[in-house]
Amino acid sequence: MELQETLEEGYVEILDHLRKRSLWMLHYCTACGAVELPPTITSRFDAERFGIAPFVTSRQSDILLVTGYINIKTLKRLVTVYEQMLPPKYVIGFGSCTINGGIYWDSYAVVKRLDLYLPVDVYIAGCMPTPMAVLEGFRTLMKLIDEGKANGWRKYIENYDYYKANQRKVLKW
Amino acid sequence: MVEKLVLILTPIFAFFVGIFLEGFKRKMVARIHRRYGPPLHQPLLDIIKLLSKKENISHGVMFDLGPVIFVGASILTVLFLPLPHFKQLTPYGDLIAFLYIMVIGSLGMALGAGESGNPNASIGIARALTLMLGYELPLIIAGNTLVVRYGTTDLYKFMTLQSGFNWNLFLLPLTAIAGFIATYGAMGEHPFDTVVAPQEVATGPMVEYGGKHLGLLMIGHAIQVYIETAFFTILFLGGASNIFTFILKQLGVIIVMTLFDTVFPRFRIENAVRYFWRWPTLIALLGLLIVYIGGK
Repeated sequence: MELQETLEEGYVEILDHLRKRSLWMLHYCTACGAVELPPTITSRFDAERFGIAPFVTSRQSDILLVTGYINIKTLKRLVTVYEQMLPPKYVIGFGSCTINGGIYWDSYAVVKRLDLYLPVDVYIAGCMPTPMAVLEGFRTLMKLIDEGKANGWRKYIENYDYYKANQRKVLKW
Repeated sequence: MVEKLVLILTPIFAFFVGIFLEGFKRKMVARIHRRYGPPLHQPLLDIIKLLSKKENISHGVMFDLGPVIFVGASILTVLFLPLPHFKQLTPYGDLIAFLYIMVIGSLGMALGAGESGNPNASIGIARALTLMLGYELPLIIAGNTLVVRYGTTDLYKFMTLQSGFNWNLFLLPLTAIAGFIATYGAMGEHPFDTVVAPQEVATGPMVEYGGKHLGLLMIGHAIQVYIETAFFTILFLGGASNIFTFILKQLGVIIVMTLFDTVFPRFRIENAVRYFWRWPTLIALLGLLIVYIGGK
């Protein structure tokens, strides 16, 4: 019995180690953060050397990159997109808007804290975060996956009621 | 006995060669972009990640069967291609049978993607089948030119008849060019990538596929890369006397294809078909004429 558990643990560890080298991102570009992504994935900074490539549909992607502020209309789409993705899936909050609202801190239409509505694995602070900061965020996520700590998707399933209640409060579903 | 063992091992061999060619292609594209690029085994990592997803979304039985048909048909197609010293299944099916079997994979994928109900998938399938109508014509004319020249339809004999630098690339350059463009179209590279076109139809037929389904499709795609390059190698580059020369020649085909792939934009679907029915077909017909007049 113990042998089986050890084998399973080892299997998961090896899998995590391989999995972190292939992350496909869905960049949800509603705000100004989108402008920092082209330099991140093209010649100068080249995110593909870490196996990170932009993809276009939610079914194929692993990372949901939320670039910039989320207002109430886009939150609805964001939640739909997140629930369409297949686990293991990771959320990266990009820019200070996803942390505390950023320069939209007193706006009536903007959702201030992303992690009330979706489980965020990594935050990239800054307004704007430079491509180097974005790559640093990706590296942090890779490290967390390798250590088995990037469990946002599991948290979302376990605390589904909590997240749904928060979403309903804003969206009036 | 050895023949049967090789027959079983060939799909695995084809898969790994396909993975190697794909990885090489990605690295080369990166170097042309002046990037460092992903490691050579990146496609393998992608497949492992996709197959280890925890959940899958299904839209019905045909949706699940689509990737299976795609992979199965790809394996079947591989077995009808000869390897150096091994005839594989070529005694049971010649060039004409091969051209028929090559289509099954795309049809399986079309059936599977059709059930997802996503409009992007339907557009992608329509484009894939229309494009097939385009590149099949020059491919079949180019293939049949060789049949006229050698008086046989056996792919293994094609390989042995070209030994010692009697390559069709040098002897029938026009047919080889037409065959190359047609094979290139079958690979779906730029400018003929109207089928997947991420910016237009969100990867077309694959739009609803994720996780293990997409992993299977990627395995099938790796085998398809092997098939297209091996097909061109056998028909026009004289096959090979050993396995390493064979892979080297496939690598050469991929390098030339990648050079074209990185510089071209994308055709609209009607322009792609018009192009295929005009230039490669014309060149292939000219090649056929030369073989008829000039004899063997």
